[in-house]
Amino acid sequence: MTPLDSDIAHLLAGSMVLVSFLLLYQDRMFALLNFFAVHACVLAFSVGWQAYLQRAPHLFITALIALLFKGVIIPVALHRIVVRLGIHRTIEAVVSTGPTMLIGIGLVALSIVVMLPVTQTEGAFVREDLAFALSVVLLGFLMMITRRNAVSQVIGFMSLENGLVLAASGARGMPLVVEISVGFSILIAFLVVGIFLFRIRERFDTVDLQALDMSRGESSGEAA
Amino acid sequence: MKPRDLRFYHAMYQFLMFAMNLALVANNIGLMWVAIELATLTTVVMVGIYRTNAALEAAWKYFILGSVGIALALFGTILVYLAAEERLGQGITAMAWDHLVPRSGSFDPALLNLSFVFLLLGYGTKVGLAPVHAWLPDAHAEGPTPISAVLSGLLLNVALFALLRFKLIMAGNARVLSPGPMMVTMGLVSLVFAGFMIFRRRDIKRMFAYSSIEHMGIITLAFGLGGPLASFAGLLHMTMHSLTKSAIFFGVGYVSQLEGTQRIEDIRGLTQSQPLLGWLLVIAVAAIAGLPPFGIFTSEFLLVTSTFARLPWLAVLLGLGLIIAFSALALRLHGLAFGETGKRHALSPWRLAPMVVHLALVATAGIYLPGTVITWFRNVARLLG
Repeated sequence: MTPLDSDIAHLLAGSMVLVSFLLLYQDRMFALLNFFAVHACVLAFSVGWQAYLQRAPHLFITALIALLFKGVIIPVALHRIVVRLGIHRTIEAVVSTGPTMLIGIGLVALSIVVMLPVTQTEGAFVREDLAFALSVVLLGFLMMITRRNAVSQVIGFMSLENGLVLAASGARGMPLVVEISVGFSILIAFLVVGIFLFRIRERFDTVDLQALDMSRGESSGEAA
Repeated sequence: MKPRDLRFYHAMYQFLMFAMNLALVANNIGLMWVAIELATLTTVVMVGIYRTNAALEAAWKYFILGSVGIALALFGTILVYLAAEERLGQGITAMAWDHLVPRSGSFDPALLNLSFVFLLLGYGTKVGLAPVHAWLPDAHAEGPTPISAVLSGLLLNVALFALLRFKLIMAGNARVLSPGPMMVTMGLVSLVFAGFMIFRRRDIKRMFAYSSIEHMGIITLAFGLGGPLASFAGLLHMTMHSLTKSAIFFGVGYVSQLEGTQRIEDIRGLTQSQPLLGWLLVIAVAAIAGLPPFGIFTSEFLLVTSTFARLPWLAVLLGLGLIIAFSALALRLHGLAFGETGKRHALSPWRLAPMVVHLALVATAGIYLPGTVITWFRNVARLLG
């Protein structure tokens, strides 16, 4: 592996962290969906590059799944859902942009601190890759925490799964079973989410999760 | 519910059974993860099947928290693979559990430590351990009662089983952090926390959901403590809790159907309104609270004595947690089962047969355990270390 090869891998993995930050502060639905598509495309390139570096053709399938499924089909479908539900309005974040970004930077620092010393015996390449992947995962968590809207929480969750795929593709020779299954589980997860979004729509005429908030367990006796 | 929903529900139920069996028999830790994720997704759909506001909220919460947990578990699994790949070579062998356990001594300890933290939090979410349990009471209370029984009796145990597999990998390596204290802490916190929460519940299913958190805490504590006796107690407790909790949810399902409510204060005098159901519920709650002669008493007694012999202070805390949970259940049961009521419910006794069978098994196990079962548990306990 030449220095250039690993530099390109780092560039791609680093861009994913960057796009995760971009996702954090998007306050309009369509912009959020577009940036998620970018996130998935960068993931596809990153996994594709790993496939080339590791001479692992099965990773190309993973890259293709990421590109087509998460880069195209899901954003388009969510776009339609958003239009149909009529929620292309501003997303209210619980924490405002500035603190959110600061917390995000803190999380990236945390993942570097955690991952770098741990993998001394691995090559520097794998180590840094894992630090990037953990950052993407943690930023996904952060997004899920700071958003109230069901659609943006789902996007946060999917960006988190992108980070997991990045980690799995960085692990040399990890069997195909897992990658395909990750793709499948995202598919299933998405179906579930779709059903839910529509059910939520039927009930409340909103996908704002605040409308779902009710007292925890102390007044739910009538439901059965 | 419409017939279509019912068909969907039953199909999902079979998927859930498939996924849980797959998780139990899978040798590949990646496949096991897939199976547990599949089990999570099928139960999410079933919890939300009534489509009431509360059911939707519960299902959504379960979906989000369960996915987050499962994501953490996958990251932990990848780290285990990375640790194994250095020694076992690339490919499928580095994910095969029967290759991982005997060779784990040579893995990088730092990677294994980190992976176990992720796995404990990830699968711990599915087990319902205290800091990450928030989905469990809602999912139990708002879903159909059979799903509450399956969640408590099966799914939580399957997740704990996944965690135990990784504990075995950790146990094979002398240079890693011991997973025991982490598991003991989470177990103890779950036990005490759930004990206090049972006092404050007003919904009958939610109350027994917290009781499940309490018992998963006890089991995790037992396995975390380790050693042949404590692990034996953990296995026995796992079995007994599953049997008893299924019986309880069976009874609670009928109670909420007959009474038309899940509110504890609206349900009174069950032993008068439907004597057989009422008394069976009393027996089942006595069993779950850990009264002799039921199997849960045996396993809790074994656990407390083995803790006393090794860590007396921990035994005091454990005993305190058990007493809190016991008194909370006894207090609530009194209101549910006794007192005057004008209601009379008709229920064919045959429909309670499964509950009787479960409780009979638990009572038998408390008095006499067959030799083959003991040998079997002992072998597994030795394996768990």
